[in-house]
Amino acid sequence: MTARGAVVHWARDAADANRVIVDVARTHAVDEVVKVKSMVTQEIDLNGALADAGIAAWETDLAELIVQLGDDLPSHILVPAIHRNRAEIREIFLRRMHEVGRPAPTELTDEPVVLAAAAREHLREKFLRARMAVSGANFAVADTGTLVVVESEGNGRMCLTLPEVLVSVVGIEKVVPTFAELDSLLRLLPRSSTGERMNPYTSMWTGVTPGDGPQEVHVVLLDNGRTRALADEVGRQALRCIRCSACLNVCPVYERVGGHAYGSVYPGPIGAILNPLLKGTGDPQTDSLPYASSLCGACFEVCPVRIDIPEVLVHLRTQVVDARRDDSVPKPEAVAMRAAGYAFGNARRLRWAERVSGLAGRALTRFGRSRLPGGRAAAGRLPGPGAAWTGARDLPAPPRESFRAWWRRTKGGRVDE
Amino acid sequence: MSDARSEILSRVRDALADVDPAALPVESPPGAAPTDVLTRFAERVADYRAEVVRCSPDEVAARVADSLVEGSRVVVPPGLDVDVANAFVDEGLSAAELDRVDAVVTACRLGIAETGTIVLDHEADQGRRAITLVPDRHICVVRAEQVVADVPDAMPRLDPGRPLTWISGPSATSDIELERVEGVHGPRTLIVVLVDGNQSTSTSVGDRDGS
Repeated sequence: MTARGAVVHWARDAADANRVIVDVARTHAVDEVVKVKSMVTQEIDLNGALADAGIAAWETDLAELIVQLGDDLPSHILVPAIHRNRAEIREIFLRRMHEVGRPAPTELTDEPVVLAAAAREHLREKFLRARMAVSGANFAVADTGTLVVVESEGNGRMCLTLPEVLVSVVGIEKVVPTFAELDSLLRLLPRSSTGERMNPYTSMWTGVTPGDGPQEVHVVLLDNGRTRALADEVGRQALRCIRCSACLNVCPVYERVGGHAYGSVYPGPIGAILNPLLKGTGDPQTDSLPYASSLCGACFEVCPVRIDIPEVLVHLRTQVVDARRDDSVPKPEAVAMRAAGYAFGNARRLRWAERVSGLAGRALTRFGRSRLPGGRAAAGRLPGPGAAWTGARDLPAPPRESFRAWWRRTKGGRVDE
Repeated sequence: MSDARSEILSRVRDALADVDPAALPVESPPGAAPTDVLTRFAERVADYRAEVVRCSPDEVAARVADSLVEGSRVVVPPGLDVDVANAFVDEGLSAAELDRVDAVVTACRLGIAETGTIVLDHEADQGRRAITLVPDRHICVVRAEQVVADVPDAMPRLDPGRPLTWISGPSATSDIELERVEGVHGPRTLIVVLVDGNQSTSTSVGDRDGS
């Protein structure tokens, strides 16, 4: 890349990367940049860093525009605004577009074709005016220094060609050894992500082309936890991810809870392994992600680059548990499991536990007021930490008599009850 | 930032200490091999809601003229070998000037039949990247010998040192309730003039549902 006129920067983390980009913007005295949709700039919260420096960042992908104007977070890798319907999008456009540029036409309807046309007019003003653009890259080629952006709307081409200055943030896992090896990836990505034979636009560029496109090109090669993930023998396969989002589309958990529930830039099955791998254990939110799975394996089935997501999820669960093994205050689950292990480890202790449980069952059904479908008694509201569970669900009361007590009393069912 | 570079690279080396670096390059699976590459190309391009016009070499100028709306402002790259009446040659128009242009006529580097893709490498007969992006109508002349079967056949014929633009149909989005809409920021109309022997037919897919 350097040989072809690009300036290459290395960034250990988000702060390094954002500093480079803000510096480039300041050098050119720009107060706004246009952006191509990219996961990596979300990951480093570039928009926040630019805003702190007084620079406006305009998202130019239609869905990212909807998300940005709605002061919202993306909920899907490929279609970030999938959680918004057409009426909401119309309302967002009418309310917000005039505050940041060309207003939406007053006769705006909620037809997708009309909404897309409004976005076209709104953004074209920004494309024609912008002097600096920021992009990510789908792939980077080691032997030629070529960067690749795959898209469908043409906003990518607008950002990559019209401004004078271009900065591309590239995770170091995006590097492909040779140009010829792009072949498989270019065939896999659109087929796995949208089911198309090929996406409408793919742009490739190598440094600066005199007289064509940006005449100042910067590339930020970003680590931000990728080498940490690489050091994990089981987890490193997650770095093969080409962000096609096939795993999201088949995931029964993601389908129910949506992308926001993951609380991270990378949602769904791939996010549940990528976030802990990049950040390491210790953060409660990140630590919860490997558990947000039924381990049904559908994500592995559809993954075009064969990332064994269930295997990595289990591996990460052990990491989360191991990291907490020596906590001075053990988690309630750990206490409960230890108690259960103690009770089950000895027949006398188990019999005693069964009698306590039977007595508790009698007590709870006496005070409990509800019955479950089928007639079984349910316990009332539990006190203490158990209240969080019974506040939203019925807890079946423990049976009054254990199986072993029943067996003894009826001599194995031969004596009538 | 050179210390960041050595720091990151040494982390990579440490992380891969257990990995045997003698891995061979990944070989691509072979691509499609249709018997009639040109027909497959025409079908697949039309399937993306682009218009395909097949014609013989001496009809090219006439077919290109048919594809233009009368009275529209047309720009052509400096090296285009097709006569386009009333067109002006791009000599570094600004983005704002290009925004007032209605159509552009270019050649291409190659076409890929399996995926319905045309690839531009922005040589003199195709012009700068901006001229095929900002105007709303793009007419692209593809010669029969430029059409290859699939992506693996295309890669060795491309020069990675040049900017490359792969175009498969007009620009499109499915961001609003997954309903496909053509023409968001790029050209809304793509017309491919396929120059091939003596045929003269038109494959136009107006209202086929390609989403």
